Amino acid sequence: MKKLIALLLASLSLAGAAHASSGGIEWDKFPKEKMSDMASLQNGAKLFVNYCLNCHAAAYMRYNRMRDIGLSDADIKSNLLFAADKVGETMKVSLDPKDAKAWFGANPPDLSVIARSRADGAKGSGADYLYTYMRSFYRDDTKATGWNNMAFPSVAMPHVMWELQGQRAAKFEEVPDPHDHEKKTHVFAGYQQLTPGTLNERQYDEAVADLVAYLQWMGEPAQGQRFQLGVIVLIFLGFLTVFAWRLNASYWKDVK
Amino acid sequence: MAEFKEAPAGASMGVKTMTWLENRFPTAFDAYKVHMSEYYAPKNFNWWYIFGSLALLVLVIQIVTGIFLVMHYKPDAGLAFASVEYIMRDVPWGWLIRYMHSTGASAFFIVVYLHMFRGLIYGSYRKPRELVWIFGCAIFLCLMAEAFMGYLLPWGQMSYWGAQVIINLFAAIPLVGDELSTLIRGDFVVGDATLNRFFSFHVIAVPLVLLGLVVAHLLALHDVGSNNPDGVEIKKGPKDAQGRPLDGVPFHPFYTVHDIYAVCLFLMVFTAILFFAPEFGGYFLEYNNFIPADPLKTPPHIAPVWYFTPFYSMLRATTSDFMPFLWAFLGVVGVMTVRRSASLPSMLKVSYWGLLAVLFFLFDVHGVVLGWMGVKIPATMHGLDAKFWGVVVMGGSVLIMAFLPWLDDSPVKSIRYRPDWHLYVYVVFVVFFLILGYLGVQPPSAGGTLVSQVGTLFYFGFFLVMPWWSRLGTPKPVPDRVTFHAH
Repeated sequence: MKKLIALLLASLSLAGAAHASSGGIEWDKFPKEKMSDMASLQNGAKLFVNYCLNCHAAAYMRYNRMRDIGLSDADIKSNLLFAADKVGETMKVSLDPKDAKAWFGANPPDLSVIARSRADGAKGSGADYLYTYMRSFYRDDTKATGWNNMAFPSVAMPHVMWELQGQRAAKFEEVPDPHDHEKKTHVFAGYQQLTPGTLNERQYDEAVADLVAYLQWMGEPAQGQRFQLGVIVLIFLGFLTVFAWRLNASYWKDVK
Repeated sequence: MAEFKEAPAGASMGVKTMTWLENRFPTAFDAYKVHMSEYYAPKNFNWWYIFGSLALLVLVIQIVTGIFLVMHYKPDAGLAFASVEYIMRDVPWGWLIRYMHSTGASAFFIVVYLHMFRGLIYGSYRKPRELVWIFGCAIFLCLMAEAFMGYLLPWGQMSYWGAQVIINLFAAIPLVGDELSTLIRGDFVVGDATLNRFFSFHVIAVPLVLLGLVVAHLLALHDVGSNNPDGVEIKKGPKDAQGRPLDGVPFHPFYTVHDIYAVCLFLMVFTAILFFAPEFGGYFLEYNNFIPADPLKTPPHIAPVWYFTPFYSMLRATTSDFMPFLWAFLGVVGVMTVRRSASLPSMLKVSYWGLLAVLFFLFDVHGVVLGWMGVKIPATMHGLDAKFWGVVVMGGSVLIMAFLPWLDDSPVKSIRYRPDWHLYVYVVFVVFFLILGYLGVQPPSAGGTLVSQVGTLFYFGFFLVMPWWSRLGTPKPVPDRVTFHAH
């Protein structure tokens, strides 16, 4: 029996390990407090329409939904409405999918629910992934775009925010393979800044965090309302439960 | 027809209305008495007995939210995914309705699994409640069909590829498999035709059958009366002057107030998940399903939703390496059956050995043995491959539950009066069921497959060897009346 349990545990941990090692680097933690910071969400929206919304659409998201992150229709119209005429429209792009396929080798995915789709139970949330991904680009001349990414190796997307971050190269070291001492493996050993960006490293991380906060919010614009309503419903049910508990007790006290 | 009643002179408006109604629709009033106010349920129910009512509640939640979802959902491969996001964003309270429905689907299975387990440990399936149990098994089958077809509708990657994998299983059936799977899909791959027919089945056909079965389940239950944690029949116990069992209480109001209390507690958990973790870590709403279905891009790991995974694990466990163990298992159980049935006519025994010989061929025992010896035979001489047996194992693991009333030979119904070690058999059964469920969510691994193979043999052993193990040991004395401690 003990052997069986040991075998069980071993296999469960193996199964878990297999799940965790499904490609790419470990993900950094997205700073969740950004989600309750309206200025961050608005800055994220600005970065989104300026940098992402040229190739990527967010076809299920209406511009005027950004009222929920504290923007007025006038704000949206004058600052964020480049690709559409009316604030009630959804965030579509005019990029032809055929051109996209020819230029990048892949269609840029719609970003409406991207933050929800990229989570991985073993590695972190979708926001963690996006936060890591947008900060993991490096120069790689072997790729068609001249860019590569540690979180998504051989990604078709070039580094769109490179002017902000500057150009970086990835350093790799040859280390002995822990499983086979005869062999060497290629291990990532940090980045090397090649040219400076307009933002320093901390500022760039902040900007990416803002952008990811926006993407996370856009994945489910009702999430704030969901939390608030949840608290009210639970408080109500709490009272109702006490009432139901006493009602039940008063009926059953006579049953002998 | 019942006699026409007169409301007493000077009766209130309410009494007059009720009398008027009762004279014109006595069936409704009789039904209220039979099923509510004069349905005597044992007074010693414990908390295990709330899951039936909760299942009914979740059924109502699913139907009502489903009605509203259908108002906005588009069953069209080109529009389905977008229409779900439209519900989540643009339909007023659409997100709430959708989360109620998606959380409700998982809640339904949690509640139903607990409800079934209650029946299992207290022997609620035994005489005279065999039909109640069989209707319940049919409800469970319907629920699986309903959940499977409903899961295609959001038209995400998991919807698409999950359906693709499961429908392909039907192709493993010999002779008609390919045609059958094409018939189910309505196309050669999962596509718009599949989505439309699944929508139709999900919103009309299966719910109709499900509702009919629920009615049959309840009517049959109320005919034979409820079991209870002691497994003692209250109808056989002492009765009062009116012939009402002393150990029963009228369902209404006693169990209605009980259930209201339970419903409140259930709703606290349900709404906590709904409002604070509707994806439930990717188990209730899978992350991959937020990517629109793409027939050209197979996800690296396709797993069904958690409630199917124990059965899916058993399917995956049936590899060609596992087949000899399955034969050995079947052989051992077969020998035991024949030994036990000493009184059976020899005709049956002969046909049993005949059946085993047919299975021997179908299982491809000869193919494997000849393969070991290095002898090759033409493909048509082989029996059926492991994939087919995997489908049989998965289907069998669900259907075998329906035979429980005839497998359990214990002299007592309830776990309370069984030998102590019987409890551990149930515990190991549940542990294996949970492990199988866990492994079904994970990508396949060598260790995981081995554990799920052991789990599969234990699962079937639990049922098939039940006629023996349930008789072993000395049961404790069963009381004449239910044990009840006043609140």
